Amino acid sequence: MIINHPLLGPRDAAEFTYLGDASLLARPDWQSETAAGDFDAWLHLRDNPAGEHRELWFHEQGDRSWLIVTRNTLTHEITGVEMARDGAPARGTDT
Amino acid sequence: MRYSGFRVIMEGLRGNTGWQPVWREPDPKPEYDIIIIGGGGHGLATAHYLAGTHGITNVAVLEKGWLGSGNAGRNTTIVRSNYLLPDNQPFYELSMKLWEGLEQDLNYNAMMSQRGIVNLFHSDAQRDAAVRRGNAMLMAGADAVLLDQDGIRRMCPWLDYDNARFPIHGGLLQPRAGTARHDAVVWGYARAADARGVDLIQNCEVTGFHIEGGTCRGVETTRGPIRAQKVAACVAGSSSRLMSQAGMRLPIESHVLQAFVSEGLKPVLPGVVTFGAGHLYISQSDKGGLVFGGNLDGYNSYAQRGNLPVVEDVCEGAMALMPMIGRARLLRMWGGVMDMSMDGSPFICKTHIDGLYFNGGWCYGGFKATPGSGYCYAHLLATDQPHPVAGAFRLDRFTRGAPIDEKGEGAQPNLH
Repeated sequence: MIINHPLLGPRDAAEFTYLGDASLLARPDWQSETAAGDFDAWLHLRDNPAGEHRELWFHEQGDRSWLIVTRNTLTHEITGVEMARDGAPARGTDT
Repeated sequence: MRYSGFRVIMEGLRGNTGWQPVWREPDPKPEYDIIIIGGGGHGLATAHYLAGTHGITNVAVLEKGWLGSGNAGRNTTIVRSNYLLPDNQPFYELSMKLWEGLEQDLNYNAMMSQRGIVNLFHSDAQRDAAVRRGNAMLMAGADAVLLDQDGIRRMCPWLDYDNARFPIHGGLLQPRAGTARHDAVVWGYARAADARGVDLIQNCEVTGFHIEGGTCRGVETTRGPIRAQKVAACVAGSSSRLMSQAGMRLPIESHVLQAFVSEGLKPVLPGVVTFGAGHLYISQSDKGGLVFGGNLDGYNSYAQRGNLPVVEDVCEGAMALMPMIGRARLLRMWGGVMDMSMDGSPFICKTHIDGLYFNGGWCYGGFKATPGSGYCYAHLLATDQPHPVAGAFRLDRFTRGAPIDEKGEGAQPNLH
């Protein structure tokens, strides 16, 4: 697979490591009444779709940036790549 | 029809005209006691033990393709019970014992071959871990032998013992482990279940569940609705897709694992050998092909095929372990879709929906578990109580903070 890095251009996927579903960026609110259940679901449960999947890739052998890659899990076709810091929810990564 | 050596000779004299189809091709009935979704090894084993051990024969196995068309036909056929944790090892040892009596139980030649598995170690720390694992296996009633380098040399003199970075110091041997013929296991279970009256319905995909007031009453399929008192999902690899139709999110990601087989060679490998410094396991099939595999590709996939970087990684591991493999040519390679759970361990449990049961999350260890999984799932379905050796395989173990993390990697499925 080739990941079209927004800054560096097309790079071999072997340069990256994979974390998982991009929804992991949306960390639950730790002060919420339902925080225990929210964190359990956030950490352990996955949609795991067959088809389009937004997921986090880390450019470990490159510029060490986090990317959100939109990829089809049935065909491995990559249809979108963005910097995770641009696509991250307004809150979440810094709480 | 009972199979025997005498039968083979008689049929040979009669021009092989007496053989019959191995199972029926029934149309689905409107209602069953139990519907099993998934006609792979685990689903068919569940049907066999439901009918044989618990006497429940009004059972249907629904398979969207043909029997054994999923991971049952895509594995590396290794059978072993060399686990560490007390929630795992008794289950796999039960499965190992069922493997040992499987062919007599099914009256089918599954080509079960107990030639042993050896896990190599390359450092003092790995030796300590092997000793600990071996003791855990012995305490669970399994067999384990610690071999030093000379012991390994007697089995496999051609390994790369003097590798500067990863010298082979020895290995942990389980003599009763081995390999079985994966298709024959599926066919044997299918034939035995069919003979007891279980309906095996192929080309019948489940497209939805009938859930009324929190109770599952049946399924919608491509061959019409079918009612049932209990519905048992058994579709590892596609668990998330199936259970999402019941509104469930699972602690599972689907990942692709590749496997490889070389051209047929003369007998060289006595059993299964695993490399302790990389991730590689290798055995030799009865046809002579070297069957081997390694790591997951590492990203979510339902594609049943992987990419080339992992092919390179696995072949590098094989070269590091046994340099002579560089002379062998690769004949085939393929990929299978794994239910990778959050702790690397499986599930055999009820769900929050009454009448709906779940079996999945087998990661890349499902084949060896086939008899044990079917046996324990049948026990759960028949008695509504978990089998004692499978009581920890529950979906809620993460919420309770009780994962069964054999590798100690945490909730990162592509690392298990």
